[in-house]
Amino acid sequence: MIISAAVAIAEARRGRLGERVYSGRSRAIFERGYIAFKSSTWMVILSGFVEPVLYLFAFGYGLGELIGNIESNGLSIPYAAYIAPALLATSAMNGAIYDSTMNIFFKLNHDRIYHGMLATSLGPLDVALGEIGLALLRGFLYGVGFMAVVAPLGLIPSLWGILAIPAAVLIAFGFAAVGMALTTYMKSFQQLEIINIFLLPMFLFSGSFYPLSVFPEWLQFIIKALPLSQAIHLVRGLTLGQINIGLLGHISYFIVMIVVGLFFTTKRLNALFMK
Amino acid sequence: MSSPLITARGLTKKFDEFVAVDEIDFDVARGESFGLLGPNGAGKSTTMRIIGATSQRTSGDLTILGMDPEKFGPQIRAHLGVVPQQDNLDMQLSVSENLYIYGRYFGLSRKFLKTKIEELLEFAQLEEKRNAKVESLSGGMKRRLTIARGLVSEPEILMLDEPTTGLDPQARHILWDRLFRLKEQGVTLVITTHFMDEAEQLCDRLVVMDKGKIMAEGSPAQLIKDYSTKEVLEIRFGSERNSAMAEQLRGMCDRIEELPDRILLYSEDGEALLEKIYSAGMHPKTSLVRRSSLEDVFLRLTGRTLVD
Ligand SMILES: Nc1ncnc2c1ncn2[C@@H]1O[C@H](COP(=O)(O)OP(=O)(O)O)[C@@H](O)[C@H]1O
Ligand SMILES: [Mg+2]
Repeated sequence: MIISAAVAIAEARRGRLGERVYSGRSRAIFERGYIAFKSSTWMVILSGFVEPVLYLFAFGYGLGELIGNIESNGLSIPYAAYIAPALLATSAMNGAIYDSTMNIFFKLNHDRIYHGMLATSLGPLDVALGEIGLALLRGFLYGVGFMAVVAPLGLIPSLWGILAIPAAVLIAFGFAAVGMALTTYMKSFQQLEIINIFLLPMFLFSGSFYPLSVFPEWLQFIIKALPLSQAIHLVRGLTLGQINIGLLGHISYFIVMIVVGLFFTTKRLNALFMK
Repeated sequence: MSSPLITARGLTKKFDEFVAVDEIDFDVARGESFGLLGPNGAGKSTTMRIIGATSQRTSGDLTILGMDPEKFGPQIRAHLGVVPQQDNLDMQLSVSENLYIYGRYFGLSRKFLKTKIEELLEFAQLEEKRNAKVESLSGGMKRRLTIARGLVSEPEILMLDEPTTGLDPQARHILWDRLFRLKEQGVTLVITTHFMDEAEQLCDRLVVMDKGKIMAEGSPAQLIKDYSTKEVLEIRFGSERNSAMAEQLRGMCDRIEELPDRILLYSEDGEALLEKIYSAGMHPKTSLVRRSSLEDVFLRLTGRTLVD
């Protein structure tokens, strides 16, 4: 019997952990996204990049003139340097959410593309990881683009700031994993809007524009538990060089988001397409 | 003889309480072209998805190339080419990109795919459309592309779920011709259809399905021999008189079926039977003698027509 290459490749994974849901080829899904994206979504990328830069100039420099320096953990810094990391974290979140909600919802419900993918030797975890991988690429591009603008302006006082780029990727990963998981449970575009209703207040109140200390303690406690607040404090800690054990806490928070998001996404893709 | 590629015993699929596939048994041998013939809702697509390891059976045994799809889904899918009832081509990609990325899903190398894509474009007669977006293709072209895509991994078994439903006659014939070529190359075909002419053309052997059950099994010729006569006489007296006339005709032939618009008389010699009817003083408005088909087999087995 002649064994085709496809069979040899699938057989090589026999007995591996999770072989039924994961074939180790999420990069094929990523590649598919890249081919499709080359021809379509440049505008979205561009707007996602421009938005934080606009906020930076309007608030960081406009409002910053009035405010002057601001205290952050005993460090006095220009207002623009205070909000820049928050804007980076927020754009990583927005890009990841866009990719993992609207785009994925369409593919789940109106396109039969996942049926096609899952009829091959791929598994649902490959699909989940590959799709989320695109959100990471976006987080990376936003991170690099934003840094290229803000670093020359002197808004990244610490060398640790370079780590804000991988942090943006981690944040995008966390939001994309949870976003995709939630999307697999959504029944209509209207339900998806719920996610957006949640995002804007989170952006406004998560300590992007002023320290959380202005809020009563109980409210601070709630806000600190929200993912965007975690993201902002992670990136800000890096760009301002305020390295402490708390950053590890933020990192762990996103690792949990990634694991939980991937688990439920894989489970739901199985239920939806392999029933 | 080598052991069958696919063996199903008591295969059952329930959606909640509803039984879509009801304890079916069948084997598919290497290199044969095996058909599931039945009307809409018979459970053909459900059976195909279970074989394709993208749906889990409720009970029964199923072995594909010696493996249980429940345990070795990815390994089994690597052996299969799947052409689903509803096209699921990648609308954002071009024709050749569709072939390329599908090969990548199987983990095939870019180098291998470069030559494979050329071969498949030629096979599907889509060379001129290589850079076209899928949306711009006709129904027949989309179907051929889906088949070509299913072949990218060089599968041993090609699963075709209603390959020509919705196509015009010319597009159907082009498609049949492509499928014959695959058969000649030794690819095992599993085909579902509700067209009896398609089943007769393409299938070496088939099962007749209805309401989740297998009603009969055999080659098209054998099924016709077993469940019908050699010839069929179709006569019409006009819709209001058909049923009265049917009463009188009973007893003149082996079997009689009364349809809303016509009467079917089963006989070894249709012309002779028609003579007899004229001699008895009956004058149908129209008459036609034809060979028995799988449609007649289905009518015999279920009392209903295949396409309604
Ligand atoms: N996912 C599903 N959930 C519930 N019922 C289903 C599902 N898929 C198919 N069915 C039902 O099972 C029966 C057989 O369907 P199907 O296998 O598609 O038939 P066929 O392909 O022969 O037309 C139909 O009555 C259909 O409504
Ligand atoms: Mg069907």
